[in-house]
Parts: sequence; structure tokens; C-alpha cells
Amino acid sequence: MGLKQFNYNLRRFVNQIKPNVEKGGKFHAFRSLFEGFETFLFVPNETSKSGVNIHDSFDSKRLMILVVIALVPAMLFGMYNIGYQNMALGASLGVAAKYTGFWATFTYGLLAYLPNFILAYVTGLAIEFTVAQWKGEEIHEGFLVTGFIIPLIIPITTPWWIVILATAFAVIFAKEIFGGTGMNIFNVALITRAFIFFAYPSVISGDSVWVLDHTIFGLGCNLPDGATCATPLGAAAVTGATAFDWNMVWGLIPGSVGETSIIAIALGALLLIGMGISSWKTTLSVFAGGALMAFIFNKTGDSQNAVAMMPWYQHLVLGGFAFGAVFMATDPVTSARTETGKWIYGFLIGVMAIVIRVANPGYPEGMMLAILLMNLFAPLIDYCVYQTNISRRAKRIAKK
Amino acid sequence: MSLFSKQNKEVFTAPLGKNNPVTVQVLGICSALAVTAQLKPAIVMGLSVTIIVALSNLVISLLRKTIPNRVRIIIQLVVVAALVTIVSEVLKAFAYDVSVQLSVYIGLIITNCILMGRLEAFAMSNGPWESLLDGLGNGLGYAKILVIVAFIRELLGSGCLFGYQVIPQWCYNHGYLNNGLMLMPPMALIIVGCIIWWQRAHNKDLQEQ
Repeated sequence: MGLKQFNYNLRRFVNQIKPNVEKGGKFHAFRSLFEGFETFLFVPNETSKSGVNIHDSFDSKRLMILVVIALVPAMLFGMYNIGYQNMALGASLGVAAKYTGFWATFTYGLLAYLPNFILAYVTGLAIEFTVAQWKGEEIHEGFLVTGFIIPLIIPITTPWWIVILATAFAVIFAKEIFGGTGMNIFNVALITRAFIFFAYPSVISGDSVWVLDHTIFGLGCNLPDGATCATPLGAAAVTGATAFDWNMVWGLIPGSVGETSIIAIALGALLLIGMGISSWKTTLSVFAGGALMAFIFNKTGDSQNAVAMMPWYQHLVLGGFAFGAVFMATDPVTSARTETGKWIYGFLIGVMAIVIRVANPGYPEGMMLAILLMNLFAPLIDYCVYQTNISRRAKRIAKK
Repeated sequence: MSLFSKQNKEVFTAPLGKNNPVTVQVLGICSALAVTAQLKPAIVMGLSVTIIVALSNLVISLLRKTIPNRVRIIIQLVVVAALVTIVSEVLKAFAYDVSVQLSVYIGLIITNCILMGRLEAFAMSNGPWESLLDGLGNGLGYAKILVIVAFIRELLGSGCLFGYQVIPQWCYNHGYLNNGLMLMPPMALIIVGCIIWWQRAHNKDLQEQ
């Protein structure tokens, strides 16, 4: 069967099902599900009925897929790092893993990561489908990226029921209540993390949550009770900063799954910026703001505060700073939309992230709070940019 | 007019449901967020407000024909302040630990919007018996929402009700954790929001176009 024949048969099959799910059909309850898959398989051939519209093949489904592809390096590296951290901590405590080597390490991470990944998607999509069916709307694609990011920004040890609860909370209260995809004020994936951070602080902070301590199907090693390993950033707030180490760039350090490797994140950033999906202005200004603020703290901060004394380049590679700058701050829905606004928005995110890290040792991860805070101010920044533009032009007219 | 006429019943029951001061008029939110982390202070707060609204409604209604219109707010405040002071002293005498937990919020009942709202909107233009019923209804309507919010927050936030652990230890041993967010005021706001959502979804009259 050739591809063309297959395509033809698939179309016929889909057309056969269609009457059953349309209004009055037997399976009307699955209309939104059907529509979602139909538009996933085929480009919809509905056209607008009025006016002249210029249409591009680049729709939001493709945009979302490209963001997901950009996240893949960070995810794959994260999986490897899950295994690496378990075995490295085991080796330092004298516990050897039965299987070693790249594939054993990677498979261990994959098996550990997969449940979180599936749970986040199933929970979020179930809510999306239900709401779409209930309101008689189409399914939106927004959760494709959100669901991909959620397991990347939480520790691998997060209990399964907390993943479900936090995802459900974020999708309902940060997104559906505001009107669904594209209408949310806050980044939904970050609200998931913030929910866990404030509701169950013990599973997302401290030094015992970053490394898995048990074997999975014989892979990895069982660590003794109380084996802990803090993230370099968390350790800096408690016991003093560790010196810069190239592993902080490669990513072989404990942390949330996707945030550790600057190299993998940079690959994603290249794709996103190269394809013109995310704004380089936002990403660059986040780094600029962070670097400047960290530099100021280096020069003027309290010399007893290890986080304030941490060199600026170390601030930028540790924690969720890079991941946030590349994937979360550039979220087209929640970031500033004017070009000038993007500079201001990004810069303030960088500044706030470092200020929160330095000024409040209780919140070593300042990036999450900084982005959520600036999400709130993005509309105001845009408004100010518009107004200055309007008044500038008004003055120009008045001069003539 | 009989004491329990249909109209009077409506005066009493409307604030419990369709005209609830918290969920429909959105008054008294501040204290509803502040005192609802546990059931016990929430109930005490609800009862205190009920007593104060009912009595101040009664007093103002009795005085309503002699109060000069220009100074009515001052007079209302004096009556409310006197009642709040009495309730506060009684709590300090007989329920000291709860009064410490409630701290300033008992004193702040003076500024509770529900009180001034009922005095201005109802007691100034209705008889003493109706005003008493209206005060009781509004106070209990407020208390009802407080108790619902406090029930959810204490159960999920600390696994307790009235300070007694109700979520079995077995759950904690198997990885269940208390939800710390429930103990923070923002979550109370979200719960109140959900109650409003539920109520509007079930009452066509409350839905705006």
C-alpha cells in the first residue's frame, strides 16, 4: 500500500466516523476528541466566509511542535542526568550499580522520567478535552508545550499524585478560568511549579529531592537512607558557594530535570531563535539583566552572603535561569508584545531573579517567581510603550 | 403584620443563599481570608459578626427616627464600636486562646463592610424586628461561607478539624502531604472564588449578561 493509498483510506475512514460524532450522533460526547485528531491528521479545509484573509501554512500547531522539538535536547540530557546523578552519588557512597555505561544510565533516567511525562500530559489533556467538549469549542494546542515543560521543571522525585494535582490546578485556575489557550496571564507550566513550591515545599526544595534513591527494574543503584545531594544553588544559600565548574555548563549537576545543561538549552535556543519563534530580544535582555544585577551584588553586596558573592557567569548557568530565559520568559502569550516592551520585560526578569536569589535565601530559585511577577506586569509595560509612542507622535504633529 | 410572615422569612433567608453578603455582594472578604485557616476561629468570628450585626441593626432601627441624617454614620459607628468592644471583652474573658488567634480581626469588625451596608441599606428604613432578622440572616450568611472555607482549608492544610487529626496516619506514612498553600490567604480567595462560581452556575438570576 503506497503512501497515497494509505492517505486516501485514512481520509475515508475519518469521513466514515464523522457523522457519529457530529451533533445528534451516537458519540457526540467525543466530538472535541475527534476534531482534535482530525486536524492533527489533516489540514482543516474550513475557510473563512467573509472578507479577504491572507493565510499562512504556519499555524499554532506547527509553532507548538517546533517548541517541543527545541525542548527535546534538554529532555534527553535530563534523562541521562537522572541516571548519572543516581550512579554518581551511589559510587561516592560505595554502592555500585549492577549495569553501568551510557545506555544503562540513559534507560534508567528514561524509565524514571516517563511516568511524570505521561501523568502531566494525561491530566492536562483530559481537562482540555473535557472543557472543549463542555463549551462546544475546538481543542487548543496550548497544552502540547505546557505538558512537555512541566516534568522538565520539577525534581524527578516529585510524587505522582502531586504531579497530577499541580497540573490540574494550573490548567484549571491559570488557564481555563481565564478563557483557555492564549488568554492566560501567567505561564501555566510555571504555575504548576509554583503550586508545588508553595503547597508542598518539602518535595521541591532542600537537598534530598534531586536524586532518585532506588533501582528501577534492576537498573541504577539503591542508595542508603539519608543519602542527599543539594543543587549547587541550594548549597550556596546554606553552606556557601562552590567554585565554578564546567559541569555546571555541561549539566552533570543535580537539579530539576531539564534545567541543568546549558548546552542542551542553548541548542533549543538556537532553534527557537533561528526559526523566529521566540524573541531574541527577550532572551538576551534576561541574561543582560541577570548579569548586571549579579555584578552589582558582587561589588556592593554583603560579603558574608555567599549567593551575593557568586560570580555573575555562575549565576547565569545555575538553577533555572537559562531554562527560564529561553523557554519560559519568551512564552508569546504571557510576555510583553511590543518590541521595546520585550527589552524592558526581559531585563526586569533577569534583575528580579537575581534579587530574589540573593535577598531571600529561602527561595533559591528566583527565576520562577521573577517570571511570574513580570508576567503580571507585561500588559502594563506594553501599555506604557504604546502611550509613550502615542504622545511622542502627538508632539510631533503639534510642532508642525 | 405577623412576626413570621412570608416577607420576614425572605428577609432572613435571602442572605443565606441568593443574596449572600460574601459570595454575591462580595463584602467582608478581608476577614474571610484572614481567619479561615482553622474552623474554630472561623466559627467564633462568624458568631461574633452575627451577634454584632443583629444587635446593631436592632439598635439603629429603634433609633432611626431620631437620628439626624447628617450625623448618622457617626452614630452607627458608635453603636457598632460599643458592641464590638463588648464582644471583644467577652471573648478575652471566656475564650482567651481564640481571641488571641483572631487578634485584630475582632476589633476590625467595626470596619466590616457588611455592618455598615446593612445599617445603611436596611436598618435605617425598616422596623426593629425586620432589622433583627436581616442582621441575623446576613451574619449567618457570612458565617456560613467562613465555615465552608475554613473546613476545606483546615482539612487539606493541616489534616485536622477543630484541631483533631482526621486524615489517618496511614495516609501520611504512604506519602500523603498536607497542602501548605491552603494555609495561605491566596488559597482562601481561590476557594471563595470557587464557591461564587458554583453558586452562579446554579442560579440563573445571578448570571450577568
